[in-house]
Amino acid sequence: MLFARPKALRDNGVLGMNKRNIDYIGRYNPRKYYKRVDDKLTTKQLALANDIAVPALIGTVSQQHEIVHIPEMVDNRSGFVIKPSQGSGGKGILVITKVANGHYYKANGNEVTPSEIDRHISNILSGLFSLGGKPDVAIVEGLIKFDPVFDGYSFEGVPDIRLIVFKGFPVMGMLRLSTAASDGKANLHQGAVGVGLDIATGQGLHAVQFDRPIERHPDTDRKLTDILVPHWDTLLHTASKAYEMSELGYLGTDMVLDQELGPLLLELNARPGLAIQIANSQGILPRLQHVEQMRNKFMSVEERVAYAKTHFSNRPNT
Amino acid sequence: MHSRKPFYIVVALLFLAGVAASVYRGIEHNVPFLPGKQVQSWAVDAKVSFQAMGEPAEVTFSLPSDPAFEILVENATSPGYGLTIAEDEMGRHATWSIRNAIGQQDLYYKVTLVPTGNNQVIALQEPQPPLPYSWPATEQAAAEQIMDEVWSRSATNLSFAQQLNKSFNATDRSQNIELLLSGNTPADLFIQMLNSKGIAAQKVNALFLEDQRRRQQLTTFVEVYHQGEWVLFNPANGTQGRPDNLLIWDRKGKSTLDVVGGVNSQVNFSMLQDTRSALATSIDMLKNKDALDFSLYQLPLEEQSLFKGILLIPIGVLMVVFLRVIIGIKTSGTFMPVLIALAFIQTTLLTGLIGFLLIVAFGLMIRSYLSELNLLLISRISAVIIVVIGIIGLFTLISYKFGLSEGLTITFFPMIILAWTIERMSILWEEEGAKEVLVQGGGSLFVATLAYLAMSATWVQHWVFNFLGIHLVILAVVLLMGQYTGYKLLELRRFRPLAGE
Repeated sequence: MLFARPKALRDNGVLGMNKRNIDYIGRYNPRKYYKRVDDKLTTKQLALANDIAVPALIGTVSQQHEIVHIPEMVDNRSGFVIKPSQGSGGKGILVITKVANGHYYKANGNEVTPSEIDRHISNILSGLFSLGGKPDVAIVEGLIKFDPVFDGYSFEGVPDIRLIVFKGFPVMGMLRLSTAASDGKANLHQGAVGVGLDIATGQGLHAVQFDRPIERHPDTDRKLTDILVPHWDTLLHTASKAYEMSELGYLGTDMVLDQELGPLLLELNARPGLAIQIANSQGILPRLQHVEQMRNKFMSVEERVAYAKTHFSNRPNT
Repeated sequence: MHSRKPFYIVVALLFLAGVAASVYRGIEHNVPFLPGKQVQSWAVDAKVSFQAMGEPAEVTFSLPSDPAFEILVENATSPGYGLTIAEDEMGRHATWSIRNAIGQQDLYYKVTLVPTGNNQVIALQEPQPPLPYSWPATEQAAAEQIMDEVWSRSATNLSFAQQLNKSFNATDRSQNIELLLSGNTPADLFIQMLNSKGIAAQKVNALFLEDQRRRQQLTTFVEVYHQGEWVLFNPANGTQGRPDNLLIWDRKGKSTLDVVGGVNSQVNFSMLQDTRSALATSIDMLKNKDALDFSLYQLPLEEQSLFKGILLIPIGVLMVVFLRVIIGIKTSGTFMPVLIALAFIQTTLLTGLIGFLLIVAFGLMIRSYLSELNLLLISRISAVIIVVIGIIGLFTLISYKFGLSEGLTITFFPMIILAWTIERMSILWEEEGAKEVLVQGGGSLFVATLAYLAMSATWVQHWVFNFLGIHLVILAVVLLMGQYTGYKLLELRRFRPLAGE
């Protein structure tokens, strides 16, 4: 059968795009706070003010003439990342993993010439990657030394952890692993693998690529459900804290694990995608409704994390 | 959570207002619900002729006033005569006047009529009870005998008239009736008898409309008042009610033609049936009535054709909202497909699709060179716009040289939109590969094609321009779809793995 019956999806609590937009994003995310998540520079500054760890900020470029300072800015660094402050959907992120004799290389070994970097930043500044073509700022960040725990699970890219935080409760999580098909990017629609994670433990549950279930990583052939994400409690706390920081009720938090610095908040998303349900093989709606029914009870970050761990675990045996 | 009731009330009101406005327009203004509908019309010529006697002459001629026919155009030709068309308590009439005329005079009156299908004659007010007719001594006894006999066989005014009409035309008429009819016309006698019983009745002159007839005369009918309505009888042949092809010319019972200063006056009618567009007819009628209704036909022609295009946009937008919200198709640029579809209307579908693909393909080639030049975004877009204009110019010229007139319509594509499409596609290509370009480009073209098919349907074009209420209905539907929280069709496919067990 090519199409599922709507009733079957409803019974399993699957959240659709229209319902997400109207009943969750529209109702719980006030427009005026969008800037806090849509502008990565603002997110970074807010996170630092709230004691949330983020990747090191090397510098920003906001004017065309500042582009020439890039080589001195990244001097002595083994790698760096250039991203648009207001980019969406992972667009416009350039990751340089190796710098050798003034030559820059991407993770797949291809060289990026300085003029290509100039053009990329110029594109960022003119707003090519931002919504509505608004003029933008380029952020230069330190390269994340990602935790070797995911070696063999990710192909040429940083695996990141996406947690959906609803009114401060981490309700669903997934690990996103880049593949050859996704060109080292961790966006599911570009072909990255999504692994659903148990909220209680960080244990892999189920995996998908291109919205279809898979067992093993397509490039490295490792069994994906064997993954156990370390620093899980810190990740849950960081995500939960992002609620107070952003004041957005329905929030997607993207985090990475750095070898030395531990969990770092990469970015926040006010319109997190729905593929996380496929990665968890479970609809998100029952958990969202569960939180909605707990009216106006104030809970601290610790209480919320503890509550989520007991109520939103989806271990098959519980 | 605030109540959504006011929202649904607003949507329902918009919907009802839209439907009501459209139905009103269709029924009250006779705007046809389907395009290309034809209506019949009648062109009637009345020729008034008389012998003038070399002195001032004045001719008064009754003009038709019949709820079953609406006057589309009327005019009178009468060289040398002064003409007034006026309406008073005796009905509408034309008056020709001249200071000095001699010999045979011919005056013409032409009218074009459209049937309204409204065959009843409603009395505006109850007529005064008639004065009883005073019968001549020779007829009184016979008349009273007939009236009493018919009265006993009837229950109401109407059945009295029916029975009377019947006995006038019975095969074996009584001697009394034969006697009375020898001295009176059937119509006069009919009215006199009804009036004697206190029933209001009056003489009506009417014309049978038959295609391509000449030298026709008016026929005399009698209308009888019955419960707020005038019922038509023809005592000369015993029929009741009015045929569809009967035009009531003159209802006030006085003579149709009055000539002062002339002799041997007569009037002849000739008529012709014609079919014309129902739409054009209703527009002409609105103009006649000077009804400054909310119609775009009051605008100058140029603005009208402009609006014919603009008013299609809601249809395209509706299509896009439906395909994105309910179906879930991805497009590049939200309303880009609508603009492309508008261009398709000018170019036709196949030429449009080929032209679009050619321009975008060429544009992408040029753009890939531009991307190596390391330009600022603004100047790169501007360069692409200029290149697109160049491509369009080139294609137009080439197709002209080869005699392909279809190629000339390529200029209808919105160039800025094309340039942005090329730019977006090019970025998409660099970032996500050719496959995503095909998915989004194909999605856009698919939506544009569907929008084009919806917008180019003749009945859609007819409706959006003639029934402005339909736009309120579209607005209501768009608002309603904005509240749709169900699954999109393509999500049923996407989330299929979650439906199992």
